[in-house]
Amino acid sequence: MSVETVTGTRPSPPRERPLGRRRKVGRYVLPTYSWLVIGYLVFPIVIMMIYSFNRVLGGAQVVSFSWNGFTTLWYQQWSGVPGLTTAFWLSIRLALVSTVIATVLGTLLAMALVRYRSNKFRGKLAVEQILFLNIAAPEIVMGASLLGLFVTLNINRGFLTLVLAHVMFSIAYVTVTVRARLAGFDRSLEEAAYDLGANPLTTFRLVTLPLIMPGVLAGALMAFALSIDDFVTSNFVSGTSDPFPVWVYGATRVGIPPQVFVFGTFIFMVGIGFAFMSIVLSRKKS
Amino acid sequence: MTDSPPAHESESVARGRETVACLEHVTKIFEKTPAVDDLNLEIYEGEFFSLLGPSGCGKTTSLRMLGGFEEPTSGRILLGGRDVTYQAPYHRDVNTVFQSYALFPHLDVFENVAFGLRRQRLNKAEIARRVGSLLEIVDLPSYEKRRASQLSGGQQQRVALARALVNEPKLLLLDEPMSALDAKLRRQMQIELKRIQTQVGITFLYVTHDQEEAMTMSDRLAVMRNGKIEGIGSPRDVYDSPSTEFVATFLGASNLLTGEITNTEGPFATITLTNASTLSVPRERVPAMSGSKTVKVGVRPEKISIGASSASPPPGHNQLRGRVRVSTFTGVGNQYLVDTASGVEVTVYAQNIGQELAPRSGENVTLTWPVEHTFAVRPMRGGDDIDELQSEGE
Repeated sequence: MSVETVTGTRPSPPRERPLGRRRKVGRYVLPTYSWLVIGYLVFPIVIMMIYSFNRVLGGAQVVSFSWNGFTTLWYQQWSGVPGLTTAFWLSIRLALVSTVIATVLGTLLAMALVRYRSNKFRGKLAVEQILFLNIAAPEIVMGASLLGLFVTLNINRGFLTLVLAHVMFSIAYVTVTVRARLAGFDRSLEEAAYDLGANPLTTFRLVTLPLIMPGVLAGALMAFALSIDDFVTSNFVSGTSDPFPVWVYGATRVGIPPQVFVFGTFIFMVGIGFAFMSIVLSRKKS
Repeated sequence: MTDSPPAHESESVARGRETVACLEHVTKIFEKTPAVDDLNLEIYEGEFFSLLGPSGCGKTTSLRMLGGFEEPTSGRILLGGRDVTYQAPYHRDVNTVFQSYALFPHLDVFENVAFGLRRQRLNKAEIARRVGSLLEIVDLPSYEKRRASQLSGGQQQRVALARALVNEPKLLLLDEPMSALDAKLRRQMQIELKRIQTQVGITFLYVTHDQEEAMTMSDRLAVMRNGKIEGIGSPRDVYDSPSTEFVATFLGASNLLTGEITNTEGPFATITLTNASTLSVPRERVPAMSGSKTVKVGVRPEKISIGASSASPPPGHNQLRGRVRVSTFTGVGNQYLVDTASGVEVTVYAQNIGQELAPRSGENVTLTWPVEHTFAVRPMRGGDDIDELQSEGE
C-alpha cells in the first residue's frame, strides 16, 4: 500500500506495459510502409528486367508477357536492332553534351544568384522566377513552343535542336542544386586564397570549385538523368534523329524488340551504380 | 576629443624605424555611416601593433582595407612606401590570419601552408623546406598530412598563422584570431604569438576587443572608437596617461571624478571637485580646454593606497576622504568600493602583501595617491554611453 501511495504521488507515472507494446508495433510501421513504397516504385522495372531474359516464340522478334523460358540471347544480340542501337547512342551523346553545357551554365548562374545582391544584379528576382517557372511549366508547353521557335527560325530539327532543348530544361535543376551548396559557403575561404596570392580564376579552380563539387556533381547527375529519359520535348524537336525514348515510343505501334529491355536494364543498372557510388563517397567524406 | 594630438607617443619604439604601412586620412562609409573616419596611422617595421576597440569601432574595417578586401571611400593606403589603396589583395605583400582561420577544408595542413608558396611558383624542395620550418616554428611538425577538420581550435590557429607567415609578408594582419579559443588556451597563445613574432621579425597588426590581450602582446597599441583613434602609444603610456575618458575606461578601469580647472599656474593644475576639495594634476596631463573648464580627473584603482581616516596627505600626493562600502577579498588582493565625500564611488585595489589589516565596510578611510598618477580628460559628450560600449567590448 505504502509503495503504491508513493508512486501515485509522482507526476505522470509511466504505465509501462501497454505503452511498451504499442512502441514495439510502432517500430515496424514506418519500415514496412517504406518497403511497400519501394516495391511499388521498383515493380515495373523488375518486370522489365525479368522479361529481358524471356524467349520469343514465332517469327517477329517482339516482346510478349507470357513466360516462354529463360534465354540470354537478347544480351548476346544487344545491337541486333540497328535503329534502336543508333537511337541509344544518340541518347548517350545527347545526354553527355547537354549535361556538360547545362552544368557549366547552371553553376555559373547559381554563383551569380548567391553572390550578388539585387542592387548589383538587376533582375535577379525575375531570373529566380523564370528558373522556378522553367521547373514548374508542363513539358508539353515547352516542347510545343520550342518546335514553333525552331520552325520559325528555320532551324533543321536534329542533334543541335535536341541539345538546345535539353540544356534549356536542365539548367534550372543544376542551378537549384548548386545554389543550395553555395549558400553555406564560407566566403572567407576565398578571401584567404586572394590573400595568399591567388587571382579570382585560380581561387575558383583551387578553392571554390573543389568545395562545391558535390553540388555540381549532383546537378550534373540530375541533368544527365533528365536528358536520357526525356520523351515529350525530344519528340517535338528531334526531327528524323530519334533518341532512345522517342524510338521506343515509335516501336510500340508495331511491337517492342526485346533488346529495348536489355538497354532499359543497362540504363537502370548504371543509374543504381551512380547512386551507390555517391553514397559511398559521401560516407567516406564524413 | 578629435583635435588632441595622438598623445604620448612612445618615442623609444617609434623613432628611427621605417614605416611599413601607413593609412592617410582614410575614410570608409558603409551605407552613409562612416565605419572609419579620417584615420591616420603609421605602423613601424618589426613592431607588434594592436588596434583595440569595442565591436563596430572600425578596427576590423581598417584591417580589411590594409588587406585589400575593402576599398576606402577616401584617403590613401601605403605599404612599404607604395600606394596600394586600390590594389587587389592577391597583389599585396600582406597576409592575414582570419578570425574563422579560413583553412581550406579540402587540403591537408601541408597544402594549406604551401598554398601561398605555390602561387609564387617556387620549386618543390624550397616549398617543402619553408613549410617544414614554419610548422616547426608553430610547433606542429608532424601534422603535415592532417586535414583542418582533424585539428583542435588552437592547432587550427597555428596552421592559419603558419600559412600566412610562410610567405614572409611585409605586414601580417590578425583579425581577432583568439576569439574562438577558451580563456586558458588564449593566454597560452598570447605568449606563443609574441614569441613567434619575435622569432620571425615580421610586423604584426593585431585587431582585438580584448584590452588585456592587446596590452600583453603589443609594442604599441591604438584605442579606436567610432572610426577614430582616441589614444595611441605603448601600452604603458596609453594606460598611465589616457587621452580621453573612453580610453581611460576601456583600457583597464579608472576612477573618474568631475571637477573644474581652477588653477593652471606652475607644473601642476588644480582641479576643484563638486564638494570643493581639490586635486593636483601634472600640467602635461591636462587636456587643452576651450570654453568649458569642466574635466574628469582620473586615477587607476591600483595606484591608490587606503589608510586610516586621520592621516594627512604627504607632499606630492592627492587625498580623498570616504567610507568603505564594500570590501572584497580576491586572493591576489582586496578590492574596495569607497563612497567619497564628493559623492563618487571610488574603486581601490590593494595587493595582498600581508602588511596591514584591511579596512572593513563602514570604516572611514583616506585614499592617497601620488600626483603623478593623476590624469585629467575631457568629459564625454551626451550620447556617449560608456557602459554600453564597455559591455559590447567584452
